Amino acid sequence: MRIAVCAKQVPDPDIPPSQFKLDSSGLAVEPPRNATPVVNGFDLNAIEAAVRIKESLAGDAEITIFSSGHAFELAVMKKTLATGADNLVLVDDPETANLDAAGTARVLAAAVEKHGPFDLVICGRQASDWDQAHVPLFIAESLGLPCVTVARNIITDSETATVERVLTDGYQEVKVTLPALITVSNELGEPRYPALKGIMAANRKQPVKHTIAELALTAADLAPKLELLGLEIPKRSGKAEFIDGEDDAEKGHNLALRLRQERLI
Amino acid sequence: MSNVLVIAETISHGATPATLELIAAAKVLAGDNGNVIAAVTASSGSDHPQVPVDTLYVLDNDALGDSDSATFDAATDAFTALSINLKPDIILFPRDDRSSVVAPRLAFRLNAAFARECTGAERTADGIVVTRPVYGGNANARFRIPFGATCVITLRPGAFEPAANGTASDTRNFDVSESIRNSGSVLLRTVQEQQPGVRLEDAEIVVSGGRGLGGPEPFKLLGELAELLDGALGASRAACDAGWIDHSHQVGLTGKTVSPKLYLAFGISGASQHMAGCSSARNIVAVNTDPDASIFGDARFGVAGDWSKVLPAFISTIRDIS
Repeated sequence: MRIAVCAKQVPDPDIPPSQFKLDSSGLAVEPPRNATPVVNGFDLNAIEAAVRIKESLAGDAEITIFSSGHAFELAVMKKTLATGADNLVLVDDPETANLDAAGTARVLAAAVEKHGPFDLVICGRQASDWDQAHVPLFIAESLGLPCVTVARNIITDSETATVERVLTDGYQEVKVTLPALITVSNELGEPRYPALKGIMAANRKQPVKHTIAELALTAADLAPKLELLGLEIPKRSGKAEFIDGEDDAEKGHNLALRLRQERLI
Repeated sequence: MSNVLVIAETISHGATPATLELIAAAKVLAGDNGNVIAAVTASSGSDHPQVPVDTLYVLDNDALGDSDSATFDAATDAFTALSINLKPDIILFPRDDRSSVVAPRLAFRLNAAFARECTGAERTADGIVVTRPVYGGNANARFRIPFGATCVITLRPGAFEPAANGTASDTRNFDVSESIRNSGSVLLRTVQEQQPGVRLEDAEIVVSGGRGLGGPEPFKLLGELAELLDGALGASRAACDAGWIDHSHQVGLTGKTVSPKLYLAFGISGASQHMAGCSSARNIVAVNTDPDASIFGDARFGVAGDWSKVLPAFISTIRDIS
């Protein structure tokens, strides 16, 4: 089985909100100095899903990671290879530095097609930078693949995948004919830690790199449909009223009294 | 002026509160002399739903509506056929499971601009401007879609005051039987997994725990507190991913969105991804050992202390004064 997984390099979403800053243009985020980007968390879940399928086939699967962007931290992107993925394909082009979702989907679909055919394309449900969640659906539409989103479990045979899709109050079980695209969510379970052997093997591998011209795309193909006017950091309510006490137990006691006074409980 | 199509949903044949918000938004976005229409899916044989717009299109098919076999794929095909026929400039979806799949795929098929989870939308001289949270809620982004381009927008609840309920002046059936294709996927079953007690989304009081609790045990105590206050139990994604509590309790950007009167957060640092799910709570109370935790910037009341000492005393005092 050939599996494609899409992964994105993003600023670390766990930086404290107080360190979150915009650059002088007001159109982009300025990561804190020395902050290392990370692989989008849901994409790590997607890689985990692919590795589990590979395990269920006793290793008889090839996993290729695809990413679109610019100024990649190679050490960060190579981490995607450390838990069992085989190949890394980077579309690295100045034109792919700031694409909207439609442009990103077009680039990834072209790259997947170039290295295809694949039985399965797996993506994280959304990226922690722009929270768009529709790149995978656009890829599925442009490749003409059936698509199931927000999976918490995937079971494959040679022709189908049976997927548990998370709903707001429960789940759906959907059977989809391969080839198909599936997005996965954190409910699938935490990605495994790479073994030292895997990290060393990943370090030795070199990514395949493409420009958009090699994918037969032009900058005009990737023009955004939405014009970003600006970013703004929302104001927070301010400082909390701290409840005091001799010790922590008394603080708990006083908190209950204060909330009762405010008629909140 | 613009033609706006609202993808409506009904409950007991009347428009849902979310649909009434979409209709209010549609009237703003349509502009003077603009046109607001709505479409609703229904299963064969059901009574006609009512939505307060001039023209309501009913897409009646067993693969749509509330039937167990209704699929997101069929809804995508049906709304695509309708949109190609009516050529709306703007299509508004609510924020729910079905729209998360249907809206972007429809946008792709119509070659339209797409903006999801918008918290605001307005009509300006140069086009439609939408606002949506990005970077896990750390920032809000404003985007413009110029007039002349079709756009598909999903709106978060609370962005607009709901329109008054009512009935459609004209209801028409739109036949989609020829439009629904074999999508390659089959819905085997839908399983409802609601927690007993008050629904998180409807709760007046939510008691929530995070990574700072250190393990699954404290959630029993939080559950007791929730029950005592007739509230619901929530959790941060970190606590769910650690396996301390089921994911159905997850509050946050990709979990549930709650807007209670009182949100009690124990051992939650206040990462934006979590706050995106509870920031519309009217009163946030945070208990955290770290007095510099960012949640204290969102909270009205705070306790800088160890939850394991604070919580038992808090519960005991509530029992005493109840």
